[in-house]
Amino acid sequence: MYIIIVGGDEVGSRLGKELLASGHEVLVIERNPERCDHLTDELGSISLCGDGCEMAVLTKAGIARAGAFIAVTHEDDDNLAACQIAKQKFNVPRVIAKINSPKNEHIFAKLGIEHTVDVVGLVLEHIKEQAGISSLIHLLSLKDEGVEIVLLRVTKDLPIVGKPIKELLPDYAASSLLVRKGHPPVVCTPATVLETGDQFVFLIPSRDIQLLRASLIGAGQGGK
Amino acid sequence: MNVIIMGCGRVGAELAHLLDAEGHKVTILDADTKNLQRLPSEFGGIALTGDATDEDVLRKAGIAEANAFVAVTRDDDRNAMAAQIAKQIFDVPKVVCRIYDPPREEFYRSLGLEAISPTALFARLIRERLGN
Repeated sequence: MYIIIVGGDEVGSRLGKELLASGHEVLVIERNPERCDHLTDELGSISLCGDGCEMAVLTKAGIARAGAFIAVTHEDDDNLAACQIAKQKFNVPRVIAKINSPKNEHIFAKLGIEHTVDVVGLVLEHIKEQAGISSLIHLLSLKDEGVEIVLLRVTKDLPIVGKPIKELLPDYAASSLLVRKGHPPVVCTPATVLETGDQFVFLIPSRDIQLLRASLIGAGQGGK
Repeated sequence: MNVIIMGCGRVGAELAHLLDAEGHKVTILDADTKNLQRLPSEFGGIALTGDATDEDVLRKAGIAEANAFVAVTRDDDRNAMAAQIAKQIFDVPKVVCRIYDPPREEFYRSLGLEAISPTALFARLIRERLGN
């Protein structure tokens, strides 16, 4: 697939490298000439020096035949502009934007860019998890379906230890997968009782995730 | 009219002064405090430091009560984003933004934004002045 990436910093260049390695045709559009040279040194001649929000640059990049378009600059307004043009002007089938400020996610969605990645938020979540501050780990968003896949590690200070899973997840207990040390993974029943050290993978509607987080934090655990 | 202007460059400051002198309620925003010094001493509106692509900043500037929003920073992408937030998120009835790049002016118009390209405008104007 031909994939255009706007923004050649850490995220853009690593993404370019990985997509190239998996056999895609890649072009990285970068505004800073020095960084463009750096990209050429590192990845070969797959970069185009210019503003990825400008029609002329995008046309030169051959955007009309792109199968995917990914904007990962540090500026949300640039990522929004580039993605709107790619999607609404050139009908690129798959358009993804990095968002730098999490509060812009709903704005992008309202303005037609539904597929966004909060890179910093993801990094923070992993750091908190590694540091033992949070036991809820976000694994994947299925944005079209409005569903998230998350992992919960049951630590001893969680208020749900010793209680059936339906108290925590009244509606989705039946879709969770339990991994208990020394046992093969099993699908939970609503009556499955949680033990310290258990790990759960489950689906939850995006709109309910804050509620779940709050119920964990409310009991003195989580995102402090 | 209750107007919020984003960008206190030459055009923003001049427009703010004009509307204020006509008796309209004017709030002008700029991410750089220094730019607000462009406003004349008799300016009676509100001048705030802040980035109008941030919806919390817009809320503080009173966008919920505004009936017009103008985006005239030097950056097309910022203007387009702020203008779309004003129009789509806060339902401001009248939204105008400056887009230097003529092809993008056309694009944002196709999205329903009132975009003005000074580049295209001046080029046409100068062409007319040159005569045949």
